[in-house]
Amino acid sequence: MPIQGWGRYPSVDARIDLPLTVSALAGQVAGGDGLIARGMGRSYGDSALAPHILGTRALSHLLAFDETRGLLRCAAGTTLAELLAVFVPRGWFLPVTPGTKFVTLGGAIASDVHGKNHHLDGCFSAFVESLVLVLGDGSRVACSRHERPELFHATCGGMGLTGVIVEAELRLRRVESAYIHQTTYKAANLEEALALFEAHHGTTYSVAWIDCLASGASLGRSLLMIGEHARDRQLVLSAGRPLSVPVDSPALLLNRYTMQAFNSLYYNRVRTAESRQRVSYDSFFYPLDGIHQWNRLYGRQGFLQYQFVVPKAAGLDGLRSILARIAESRRGSFLAVLKAFGPANANLLSFPVEGYTLALDFKRERGLFELLDELDERVLEQGGRLYLTKDARMSEATFKRSYPLWERLQAVREQYHARGTFTSLQARRLGLE
Amino acid sequence: MNEQRVLIVGATSAIAEATARRFAARGHSLYLLARNGERLESLAADLRVRGAARVFHAPFEANDLDAQEALLARVDSELGGIDQVLVAHGTLGDQKACEASVEATLQELNTNALSVIALLTRLANRFEAQRHGCIAVIGSVAGDRGRQSNYVYGTAKGALAIFLQGLRNRLAKSHVQVLTIKPGFVDTPMTAAFPKGPLWASPEKIAADIERAIERKRNVLYTPFFWWPIMAVIKSVPEMIFKRLSL
Ligand SMILES: Cc1cc2nc3c(=O)[nH]c(=O)nc-3n(C[C@H](O)[C@H](O)[C@H](O)COP(=O)(O)OP(=O)(O)OC[C@H]3O[C@@H](n4cnc5c(N)ncnc54)[C@H](O)[C@@H]3O)c2cc1C
Ligand SMILES: NC(=O)c1ccc[n+]([C@@H]2O[C@H](COP(=O)([O-])OP(=O)(O)OC[C@H]3O[C@@H](n4cnc5c(N)ncnc54)[C@H](OP(=O)(O)O)[C@@H]3O)[C@@H](O)[C@H]2O)c1
Repeated sequence: MPIQGWGRYPSVDARIDLPLTVSALAGQVAGGDGLIARGMGRSYGDSALAPHILGTRALSHLLAFDETRGLLRCAAGTTLAELLAVFVPRGWFLPVTPGTKFVTLGGAIASDVHGKNHHLDGCFSAFVESLVLVLGDGSRVACSRHERPELFHATCGGMGLTGVIVEAELRLRRVESAYIHQTTYKAANLEEALALFEAHHGTTYSVAWIDCLASGASLGRSLLMIGEHARDRQLVLSAGRPLSVPVDSPALLLNRYTMQAFNSLYYNRVRTAESRQRVSYDSFFYPLDGIHQWNRLYGRQGFLQYQFVVPKAAGLDGLRSILARIAESRRGSFLAVLKAFGPANANLLSFPVEGYTLALDFKRERGLFELLDELDERVLEQGGRLYLTKDARMSEATFKRSYPLWERLQAVREQYHARGTFTSLQARRLGLE
Repeated sequence: MNEQRVLIVGATSAIAEATARRFAARGHSLYLLARNGERLESLAADLRVRGAARVFHAPFEANDLDAQEALLARVDSELGGIDQVLVAHGTLGDQKACEASVEATLQELNTNALSVIALLTRLANRFEAQRHGCIAVIGSVAGDRGRQSNYVYGTAKGALAIFLQGLRNRLAKSHVQVLTIKPGFVDTPMTAAFPKGPLWASPEKIAADIERAIERKRNVLYTPFFWWPIMAVIKSVPEMIFKRLSL
């Protein structure tokens, strides 16, 4: 059966198993080789692709909840959407959430995902107290910052390469409302956008939507959205029906003219320099989840998401040079998101470093890979790197230069019987056999 | 609805799990019977976290008919009575294997029909005496007409449907609801090997329909709803024509 990531490129002919119990999963791991875990398949590239895929979706039980501390023990195939549905009405929220709730707990840990609060709260793993992993020999072990810390730090952000996470303990965040007070600011260019991030450093959530086609004096023009949890005691959202993209749209729909029109409409929709709204958590955190399978908008060829981070030291100029190259290419993006990162953590492969990250989509078409190679060079020159969970094509050299702790990952994998058992197309490409 | 005491048979089936979660969210008390002990235990934990008032569980092998009476006695004493029962276990056997083997055919009929009929025979007397409650059983649209691709499974589900019809007729005067649930294609472990298309539904969708049908005291539920017209058409094709179709 052909399986793909969210970007629908590349594709692998794989066997997928969906074990119903941890024992069944462990049995398949022990008897297998060249396999990788997969949750909801929301990683864009080839991180969750291998000839033999172990799906975790059937392992979706909530195991225990300590109401006083907000501590949840939960099977790793549970989605963040399922957690929100159960816990928001009880006054608990995810401590960190990516831009889609259709990811599993295991996937969130394996990619050590970040949210709009990274500058204050760090990555998802910061709220993971402990986890249970099925190792390459089929055995089951627990790890945490105190127990087998090297395994914990290799597994959080480790892209499934140390074993299959089957269970985790997650600390939830108390909230008093299912709504967010959102304020939107207009930034005429990149300099203004970064200044706004600085000015709102103390706000829990911040993110900017940036028009990657604007150039010259408007390079980096953007809308910055910040948010705080409301405190109005309204813990239940009124329901709406999701839209869906039922078929592959002709790729033509997404040429650069339509994108340009979209970009300027979006930017100009916000008329004042600052506007305030009370919005549901769904619309604040998951604007795209309302349109199921929006990835089909890019047509059959699929698309690539390119997300990089440049350290704060590289600053405005570093970011500007990369952005200018993207604007010049006119290959544009349907969505480009700019975000400020706080300090890096102790995990071996976690993506964030203190600085700025930009994520944008490129339709897969001729000449794109050459452009991305060129962008890689610029990112590396600035001391930056690319996010593995979005990646489908970076070179081994690029990876090893920008993730210097990869050798420690390999040592931990050796020690815990992961080598030879767990591998993905991405791991092979990056020289992590 | 106030707190109900619900017995779920074949509780680890994907459709039953999704339905149980809805019961748990309403604060019902649940008694779970299933064969897969490891999954059963973790399901019980899940339903407690989701808000079930009380959750009990016990191992269950459908074809051990002799164990049924003792099992029901245990349910009665631990749960303190049964207001609703949902029967969900089943196997989608290999039709070709059934054609080649009498044992395989009888096994299918045992698991999908006789084990359920035996259990319902015992339960019906309890419900008739208590004069309230709901008996909900998962059948299948496959039981509406025999087709070469799965008529052994269809036979079992069809037999169930007729048994439930009779039971409904008998228990109506005792105010007991008897609900025959007929799902179409559902994406569950049972159908993992099938390619999925637009007619396929999630277990969550089926669960929502089941919950509503119980609440509205329905008799027969086609789920999703569009299987009702589809099956009406399939049932109406004259046998002379039907027998020549490759369905
Ligand atoms: C619309 C959209 C918005 C997004 N926004 C953000 C964002 O804001 N921030 C961010 O950080 N990310 C974001 N992402 C990326 C997404 O959060 C990650 O790719 C996440 O890992 C996907 O989870 P999944 O369950 O789909 O995992 P998959 O895509 O199935 O797998 C991803 C990786 O995790 C591994 N994995 C999955 N489950 C397990 C397990 N149980 N044990 C071990 N390894 C496992 C896989 O092997 C693979 O390497 C976004 C993605 C989309 C589609
Ligand atoms: N999926 C569909 O498309 C579909 C369509 C129409 C009707 N149905 C019906 O829906 C019901 C639920 O099925 P599902 O789709 O949710 O599939 P499922 O998840 O595979 O559930 C089937 C369940 O039946 C249990 N079971 C099978 N034989 C058993 C036995 N001898 N003793 C005890 N338990 C036994 C299985 O237990 P183990 O895990 O221990 O094997 C499993 O929990 C079934 O009656 C099925 O016929 C399904």
